[in-house]
Amino acid sequence: MRPGSEAELADCVAGLTGPVAVRCGATRAPDAGDLPVLSAAGLSGITLYEPGALTLVAGAGTPMAEIEETLSAEGQMLAFEPMDHRHLTGRDGVPTIGGAVAVNASGPRRIQAGALRDSLLGVRFVDGQGRVIKNGGRVMKNVTGYDLVKLMAGSHGTLGVLSEVAIKVLPAPDARAVLLFNGLTDAEAVEALCAAMGSPFDVTGAAHLPAGVDGDPVTMIRIEGFEGSVALRAKALAAHLVRFGTPEVERDMGRTAAGWAFVRDLKGFTQADAAVWKISVRPSDGPKVGAALRAAQPDVGIVYDWSGGLVWAEWPDTGDLRVHLAGIPGHATLVRAGRGATGAVPRFAPEPAPVARLSEGLRAKFDPRGLFNPGLMTAHV
Amino acid sequence: MQMPEPSAGILARKAEIVAGLRDRLPADAVISDPAETRAYECDALTAYKCPPLAVVLPASTEEVAAVLAYCHAERVPVVPRGSGTSLAGGALPTADSVILGVARLNDVIETDYPNRIIRVQSGRTNLSVTGAVEADGFFYAPDPSSQLACAIAGNIAMNSGGAHCLKYGVTTNNLLGVTMVTMEGEVIELGGAHLDAPGYDLLGLICGSEGQLGVVTEATLRIIHKPQGARPILMGFDSNEVAGACVSDIIRAGVLPVAIEFMDRPCIRACEAFAKAGYPDVEALLIVEVEGAEAEIAEQLSKITEIARRHNPVELRESRSETESALIWKGRKAAFGAMGQINDYMCLDGTIPVTELPRVLGRIGELSKEYGLDVANVFHAGDGNMHPLILFDANADGQLETCERLGAEILKLCVEVGGCLTGEHGVGVEKRDLMMTQYSADDLEAQLAVKDVFDPRWLLNAAKVFPLDATANRRSAA
Ligand SMILES: Cc1cc2nc3c(=O)[nH]c(=O)nc-3n(C[C@H](O)[C@H](O)[C@H](O)COP(=O)(O)OP(=O)(O)OC[C@H]3O[C@@H](n4cnc5c(N)ncnc54)[C@H](O)[C@@H]3O)c2cc1C
Repeated sequence: MRPGSEAELADCVAGLTGPVAVRCGATRAPDAGDLPVLSAAGLSGITLYEPGALTLVAGAGTPMAEIEETLSAEGQMLAFEPMDHRHLTGRDGVPTIGGAVAVNASGPRRIQAGALRDSLLGVRFVDGQGRVIKNGGRVMKNVTGYDLVKLMAGSHGTLGVLSEVAIKVLPAPDARAVLLFNGLTDAEAVEALCAAMGSPFDVTGAAHLPAGVDGDPVTMIRIEGFEGSVALRAKALAAHLVRFGTPEVERDMGRTAAGWAFVRDLKGFTQADAAVWKISVRPSDGPKVGAALRAAQPDVGIVYDWSGGLVWAEWPDTGDLRVHLAGIPGHATLVRAGRGATGAVPRFAPEPAPVARLSEGLRAKFDPRGLFNPGLMTAHV
Repeated sequence: MQMPEPSAGILARKAEIVAGLRDRLPADAVISDPAETRAYECDALTAYKCPPLAVVLPASTEEVAAVLAYCHAERVPVVPRGSGTSLAGGALPTADSVILGVARLNDVIETDYPNRIIRVQSGRTNLSVTGAVEADGFFYAPDPSSQLACAIAGNIAMNSGGAHCLKYGVTTNNLLGVTMVTMEGEVIELGGAHLDAPGYDLLGLICGSEGQLGVVTEATLRIIHKPQGARPILMGFDSNEVAGACVSDIIRAGVLPVAIEFMDRPCIRACEAFAKAGYPDVEALLIVEVEGAEAEIAEQLSKITEIARRHNPVELRESRSETESALIWKGRKAAFGAMGQINDYMCLDGTIPVTELPRVLGRIGELSKEYGLDVANVFHAGDGNMHPLILFDANADGQLETCERLGAEILKLCVEVGGCLTGEHGVGVEKRDLMMTQYSADDLEAQLAVKDVFDPRWLLNAAKVFPLDATANRRSAA
């Protein structure tokens, strides 16, 4: 099913008699399995772009590449630096804005500019009864009624099928500097990242690769903006972090962009059969996560982003990684199941009973017939 | 403005309910004497008043949970309250409701600089959150003008903004976690020191829900390091159109100032008379502030000045000292006080796409003539959040009503051009009956469904946000 308009989408949902896999570009979601696919990829195209108001409105199926090119022609960008999941999922589809919204895809700049949900101004979607619902709008400040925009971001297509989204965009930086520290331990690195984030120098990326491109540990701290300001802040930040060594400073726009894409898309993860987990913790707890996982599984691959608060684990094991993280507040999501996985490990962290009741209540209201991606966000598969 | 009839049954049981509350709280935490409950009869929207049945001032999450469980079991309506500075009537009681004030919940629970968070009890005032960390160079970014008084609880409920949110975002972008008690008395934790929700973004849903989904007792907030410096520049233009175009060009050029404030002539004149800030007598005035180290400030200001010059400003005044900076801000900060001196005023809060500024200001001018009431405009131009101030005389017969009708027209205009009814103050009772201009019945139904999930009996602040007739069945079924 691939409706070409919102009205067709609404008719299509109203006429459904059983569950469907809701997809857009299908580069991020798990396999649809036996379910018929309801694709919003046909709802494509930018319907409004006002550079002077920093707003863009597009159909859910609009390719990310189209959006990024349009913005870049005006010297603007998406603030949340969305990950391209294709390296992880091995899919060759076309990533779309609707898919990005559905998974709240937020990359390294999330630590400074917020997640996708923070840039999302408005949504239109079709609920499980085939009703077209809008929430939010296209303006930057809006507290009129409940914020269903946030609810829809990251709801993985389980509450409704997105038809259109409105997004706040940002000016793209003129210049960039990346401070690179070599050879730090995880603990030292995360301490350096936290010190950088706590400085007044407006850091826009803070990541640590225990195994960088050449296999050695590298800690990356990014500053962006106008040329003069970037040069100034890079120098001041290096001085601020002198106790961690003297960093190399990379200034080339192309090379720095490639370096951050390497982090963002987890290009260092090359074990195609391994599971990939996304672990969200208090940044300073990041190294504890790394240590606990290494103790349990020496072949684990680790990437720290968001100042240490996002730990990616390439996990050559089909078991539930969460059992190794008891006592560390936060949560873990299974982003890619490893080869041989039975589906017994829940993708999303099981919620405490009172929260689970609210989540189930919302699902029952928005999708009373249980049509959309059934089981995806529930703890029990 | 209508409020639902209070339940005669609840009113008749007042003594019993007060006793029930006293059983669960320390003696001084329950107020039932009408002489004392009157202090809670309204918030900052003082046109509407109604003393509550009783007031409770719990001092812990457990006490909040005990009160809510009891009220839920007894089907007593509850209205949460922070500091009562809502401009939308969000904390306005009904006669059959218990006001649950969080003013006694004001501790700092944790500050953690490496992770840039502070965890506070929700009754703590906005400014005192920054107060707790500023000696160490940090601050909490959302800064409503009411920050000396308003509580984090109210900020979360209203998703409040401030002058600096163009760069730093509003409350929801700076909120990492809450402890919340549901109407049934269940304590739940959402978020925390980590980023992003494990499942649905319930935290995002709670923020801005106007006290209708639960009572927030604690919050984890993002704190950030203060910038090295900040400096404003003042620009005067001879038309609103040109000033609006200048705002758009600044944003397009890739400069993202921390604040872009806009004042029109009626507002400039009133502020100047009141604050003597030395403002030029022009049609439109912009105050643009940038942050950073000295050289960064200079770099940004030179770009901004260059853009402004292309629009032939009547006046261009870059601050050269702390004193001059303070003077530039002095008039703007006194805007509300200045208006209060002249007259009674009603402050609107609609948001529009920035590109619609000139058209909307023009139309507001026409409406002002039509209704015979002056309107002064002062607002956050960078994000399109307007604050038209309608001047009226509360003692003159019928002027409040005329003012409300004009206000409704202006808000409808905001929606018409692609904006919304409220950018930061919330719907409360004030804009409740305009909701259908922005939302369809299905749009509203989706929101009501959320309330059904969190508060199935519709006991928590139930007469707010939605038109009364849209919620009548739900409220009476409860
Ligand atoms: C002079 C002045 C200037 C202002 N400037 C701004 C501004 O610049 N920006 C801006 O955004 N606002 C502004 N406001 C509006 C107001 O200050 C904000 O809405 C503020 O967040 C309200 O906080 P409060 O603690 O006073 O909340 P209250 O007025 O007590 O309550 C507001 C809402 O929050 C709910 N609530 C209170 N406590 C809780 C709780 N614990 N759990 C759940 N819900 C709760 C209430 O039920 C109510 O709906 C201004 C107000 C005034 C009077």
